[in-house]
Amino acid sequence: MKLEIRDTPGQLVAALKPISDLGGNIKSVIHERDPLNDSGFLDVRILLEMPEGKIRTLTDSLKEQGVNVLRINEERLLIRKSVILIGHLLHTDLSDTVDKIDNTGFAEVGELSMIMPSLNEPTSAKMTIISENLTNLERAMNILKDIAEEKNILIVEPLEDF
Amino acid sequence: MKIAILGFGSVGRGIARIVAERETGLVITAVADSKSGCIDNNGLNPLEVIRAKEETGLCGKKGVTPEYIIKNADYDALVEVTPTNAETGEPSLGFIKLALSTGKHVVTSNKGPVALNYDELSHIAREKEVQFKYEATVCGAIPIIQTLQYGLAGNKVKKLYGVFNGTCNYILTRMADERLTYKQALLEARELGYAEADPKYDVEGIDAAIKLVILANTIFGMKKRLEDVEITGICSLTSEAIELAEADELTIRLIGEIDNERGTLRVSPRVIPKDHTLVVQDTLNAVTIETDLAGEVTLIGRGAGSIETASAIISDLSFISNCHDRSS
Repeated sequence: MKLEIRDTPGQLVAALKPISDLGGNIKSVIHERDPLNDSGFLDVRILLEMPEGKIRTLTDSLKEQGVNVLRINEERLLIRKSVILIGHLLHTDLSDTVDKIDNTGFAEVGELSMIMPSLNEPTSAKMTIISENLTNLERAMNILKDIAEEKNILIVEPLEDF
Repeated sequence: MKIAILGFGSVGRGIARIVAERETGLVITAVADSKSGCIDNNGLNPLEVIRAKEETGLCGKKGVTPEYIIKNADYDALVEVTPTNAETGEPSLGFIKLALSTGKHVVTSNKGPVALNYDELSHIAREKEVQFKYEATVCGAIPIIQTLQYGLAGNKVKKLYGVFNGTCNYILTRMADERLTYKQALLEARELGYAEADPKYDVEGIDAAIKLVILANTIFGMKKRLEDVEITGICSLTSEAIELAEADELTIRLIGEIDNERGTLRVSPRVIPKDHTLVVQDTLNAVTIETDLAGEVTLIGRGAGSIETASAIISDLSFISNCHDRSS
């Protein structure tokens, strides 16, 4: 989204705060000073992830802060699915496993947390896969299932529809 | 209604005790175990037969076989509660066929014959105009078959899923609550008598899968065999995996699932919110039925145990005696 904020100290932070308050995740902030623009306002472009249906609430609260929302484009719905993986994840090249999902172009590994057990014991990890739609998420899941079978990794999937 | 009991282990004795202590309208005329049997067409004294079995290991005279009882005793319904054989269904399959063919109702707790030969057995029962009931084969005391056949009659079931194995549920509950490893929890389950010396049947998901096959074939008209079920057990689960789930207020349960629209059967450990209806504690079972008219219906209860199994058998017998007994 593209915002217009007043060019005074603290305004950028004030504009970003509602995003995190609503559970959003800021991916990038581009904020360039245009020497030809002396209107006292500053254009800021923000790439962010928001929980579904929160965009309207966000724009409302930005307006309250005196921030002008110039444009919201490329609103993409993100779907995520977290699975638990159990197996010899490191010995079977974890970065290769992640790359195979990331390289699809339609899904990515958004989060990965791991608990390391004692030596030679299988590792357990929680992996979150993010995609724009359900079909692509399922495609990514199927790729992960193939990898898991090949590398002898157990996938514990969530019970659907909860 | 007169009944003959085949198999006089804890379930058989549990049924005899209920008949002795309650007004069930049932009279036991014959009992057989693997080595002996007894018949009294005027009615046996259940407590005396129980005492004989507990004191001598025999319920009657040697040489009085199940086949002899099926052919010669005077009874309306055969209660078949011999030990189960999931691979061949024998010898109970033969007993059930013989009794149905001679025009007797049959009530069983034996998963093998129902999972393997339901079509044939129900065909004989229809031909002979008798009832073949098997409530005790799935989820012990929970009236899941009755609910699906009668309680939710007229509904289309879209999906059915839940916790079908108490042993696995106990192990997973303990791993989550006490941070036990899989091995420690299994050992504890064994010590408490919740798991067999060879726990393979339970922990590898086979027991849950057989229950799915029974429901799929008898209620949804599928033609499934055990090999058609996608099965993953709980043996490879780690306490760290449960710890990761718990960090997000989730836990792990072994879930059996029938997708009636896709026609698929699956048993696998699944991540599920801790406050989900299906997250039951210890050895309990829980099943959610997703229907088009009634919405979701969830049944929770004890899935194993001799008195619980006897409860399901007595319920089947009462149903037959109320609705189908021609002698009354």
